[in-house]
Amino acid sequence: MTKFKVSQHILVPKHIKLSEKDKKELLEEYHISLKELPKINKKDPAIQQLDIKKGDVIKIIRKSPSAGEAVFYRVVV
Amino acid sequence: MAEKEKEKIEEEKEETKEEEIEIESYEQAIFKKVKSILFGVFSPKMIQKMAAAKIVTPELYDKEGYPVDGGLMDARLGVIDPGLRCRTCGSKLKECLGHFGYIELARPVIHIKFVDTILKLLRCTCRECGRVLIPKNKIEEVSAALEQIEEERSLEEKRKEIKQLSAVLRAISKCPYCKAKQYPILLEKPTTFIENEKRLSPIEIRTRLEKIPDDELKLFGLNPATVRPEWMVLTVMPIPPVTMRPSITLESGERSEDDLTHKLGDIVRINQRLFENINAGAPEIIIEDLWDLLQYHVTTYFDNTVAQLPPARHRSGQPLKTLTERIKSKEGRIRHNLAGKRTNFSARSVISPDPMLDIDEVGVPIEIAMKLTVPEKVTEWNMEYLKRFIEKGSDKYPGANYIIRPDGKRKKITDETKEAFLEELKPGYVVERHLIDGDVALFNRQPSLHRMSMMAHRVRVLSGKTLRLNPAVCHPYNADFDGDEMNLHIPQTEEARAEAEILMQVRTQLISPGFGLSVIGCTMDSISGNYLLTKELEFSRQEAIDLLYSIGVDDFSKLPKKKVVNGKEIFSVLLPEDFSYKGKSKNGEEVVIKKGQLIKGVIDKASLGSESGLMLRELHKRYGPEKAIELLKKLFKLGIKVLLKIGFTTSVADTDLPTEIKDEIKQILDEAEQAVDKLIESYNNKTLETFPGKTLLETLELKIVEVLNRARNEAGKIVAENADKNTPTMIMADSGARGNLLNLAQMAASVGQQALRGKRIERGYKNRTLSHFKKNDLGPEARGFIRDGFKAGLNPAEFFFQAITGRDGLMDTALRTPKSGYLYRRLANAMQDLKVEYDGTVRDATGKIIQFKYGEDGIDVSKSEAGEINVARIIGGKS
Ligand SMILES: [Mg+2]
Ligand SMILES: [Zn+2]
Ligand SMILES: [Zn+2]
Repeated sequence: MTKFKVSQHILVPKHIKLSEKDKKELLEEYHISLKELPKINKKDPAIQQLDIKKGDVIKIIRKSPSAGEAVFYRVVV
Repeated sequence: MAEKEKEKIEEEKEETKEEEIEIESYEQAIFKKVKSILFGVFSPKMIQKMAAAKIVTPELYDKEGYPVDGGLMDARLGVIDPGLRCRTCGSKLKECLGHFGYIELARPVIHIKFVDTILKLLRCTCRECGRVLIPKNKIEEVSAALEQIEEERSLEEKRKEIKQLSAVLRAISKCPYCKAKQYPILLEKPTTFIENEKRLSPIEIRTRLEKIPDDELKLFGLNPATVRPEWMVLTVMPIPPVTMRPSITLESGERSEDDLTHKLGDIVRINQRLFENINAGAPEIIIEDLWDLLQYHVTTYFDNTVAQLPPARHRSGQPLKTLTERIKSKEGRIRHNLAGKRTNFSARSVISPDPMLDIDEVGVPIEIAMKLTVPEKVTEWNMEYLKRFIEKGSDKYPGANYIIRPDGKRKKITDETKEAFLEELKPGYVVERHLIDGDVALFNRQPSLHRMSMMAHRVRVLSGKTLRLNPAVCHPYNADFDGDEMNLHIPQTEEARAEAEILMQVRTQLISPGFGLSVIGCTMDSISGNYLLTKELEFSRQEAIDLLYSIGVDDFSKLPKKKVVNGKEIFSVLLPEDFSYKGKSKNGEEVVIKKGQLIKGVIDKASLGSESGLMLRELHKRYGPEKAIELLKKLFKLGIKVLLKIGFTTSVADTDLPTEIKDEIKQILDEAEQAVDKLIESYNNKTLETFPGKTLLETLELKIVEVLNRARNEAGKIVAENADKNTPTMIMADSGARGNLLNLAQMAASVGQQALRGKRIERGYKNRTLSHFKKNDLGPEARGFIRDGFKAGLNPAEFFFQAITGRDGLMDTALRTPKSGYLYRRLANAMQDLKVEYDGTVRDATGKIIQFKYGEDGIDVSKSEAGEINVARIIGGKS
């Protein structure tokens, strides 16, 4: 089978790594620590092309039937 | 003795005692918080220490009927007779919880519930020195690893690890410490251990277990401070207090003992015999037999459902209910008594409809109203009012059943006592009066899947034996009247009533949190009625006034002063003066209401229906729940009264078609059958073109089904086009009250293809569906195509095919309901403590974020209109 880029597949939503500044702002906005965020595995295929380490926050932009576009955040574990 | 009799006697006892029950004041209670619970095994020492008596004889009572000292009903074990005092603590019945006794077993026996642990320990330790079969240098390592697993993962994982470890240890055949050879140990269920084809006696087992050092027990998850393995082999046994196994006096004066007492009697008796035989130096074989028998009795005392043992039985043949059976299963202590929720002041009966009731009312049979009561506190101001209830007594309605004195004593009102009570009544007393009109009641139908399954209604006491409800509220309860039963609960305190009225009143539940439309709306006849009224009806002004008056309207100023008024004008009388609305009817035509006047369009399901009525939603939004339910009530009645006035019934003639149309349909079906024949022919001589990824036969099937469905749809279309629009059947279908065009087409034209598991019917006989078809006949009629309509009637083969799919559908619903019910329960349980926080996030109980915006769009559906938020209106204040 030919190799393809997972991140470019039509069913894979956009994954973006948050900068340290954005990450801080996010945590402040929701008054939370990383513990309260949903998790994403470090080996998740969708984020392999990003330069990530444990504790990074990934912003995921999905298509949503109710809202058009929905933003979601996950912490890398 | 039969369980039922016991219950009956107990119940009677309860009833006589009821009057004496005192409500204890809360001040005596001491509140403490449980920090932790420690589980362990009783040591023989502990059993003896906590015992109030040593039990030595199986006799229960002496000739005078007093409990024998040292017998199983020893008076030191607690009291079960009213009036007597406990010989250990001196308290009365119900104050003394009872006290344990003990018996000393002549020979040790295995505790059936610890067999697995014992087996594991025997296999993993040395038979000579008792040490765990792990070399010294590795022990530390292993226990550290186990500790780590518990900390990092869970206790569960640790247990799994221990299991694996013991599997490894079994295989070791030489002790690393004393070099003794190890033999495999087998368990011959339930309680016999075999080593080297030789039976290990409980005595030997106990000595082996004694040898296991304390610090090595931790490897097996045992805490030596609370559990020593040798305690799992019983040498003494606790005798539970008599309060836990009370005896019952039958009407004949005979005593009937509890199952546990019977079982304990067996144990004590055999134990005594064993003692005597040992002391008399009886042959080993007799002692062994008695020992085994003792083991059997002790085992069945703990668990009478052990697979390998015949259960101990009553003389009547029914198995005894011993300790384990008391606790486990649905009827056990946990699920039945602790987790089971039962409540007083509730009623259950079959339901039936009553459209003359208000939507938020519930009709209660007078018999129920005289059993269910509401406590009312006596004050200076309501004293006379409450006295009237007492005067009536408990068997005249509306009366009262009990008074409660300020000290908490409950007294039943009878003909003899009521005079005295009337004298005695003072402020501070409570009167439990019968249910009367206007009382608040919670009405519920299972399965209670959403919050609308339990709503607060106002009571209307009616004659008859069923609970009655307005058919408009059937929808939220998902009720119909084919024998459904519902429950009624009467709140007993002011707080409960206030809570029910504010949070659970029907009017507060109108808008569904699931899709933002009213769950309560017009149904069935009330939709047809409003549809007809607003579509075409005309009445004389007098008739219109009669109609409106009958639904509770008494202001006719809105009704035009004409001789003949049309239905739209009558409908408009109900609407508020300032109400404007633009919407669509079910078939897409415009509906316009301007300043409280219906100008254009007909009112149907799309305006008034439950889960679809947009006009209803608009009324609710503009005028609030109070007004909306008031209007709905009138609209509902209007529809029904209109039908009553004009007469409305459906008949077979509704499905009549003109002959030309019938011929046309016949031709369509004929052509379809010919087309199918052609397809089969091309299949037979292999000229049929295969679809990609399908076999030839599959292709044929697909094509046949397509042709036949197209024919049926065409026939349906012709029926729809040519059916008389003024027949009640079409009116019901058009207004959305009941039925659809497909139903009509099935009646008038053709029932169509019957499908089983997504395919045409193909099973039955070998290569054919019924024995009078040719083998491998693929034609429509041989594979479940029903050409006729229900009115024309089905031929026997068609009827049979219809029965097949009918039964399949029945089975499907019968099997799917419990499955989907369970699925829903699991979902609801998993999500029950998710909550939308003030920042719009959805979080669980620990504050973890589940969704960053509720539903991804952050919309509160119950504040929306079918999921949409009309921002313009919210800002501009108009639509
Ligand atoms: Mg039903
Ligand atoms: Zn006592
Ligand atoms: Zn050894």
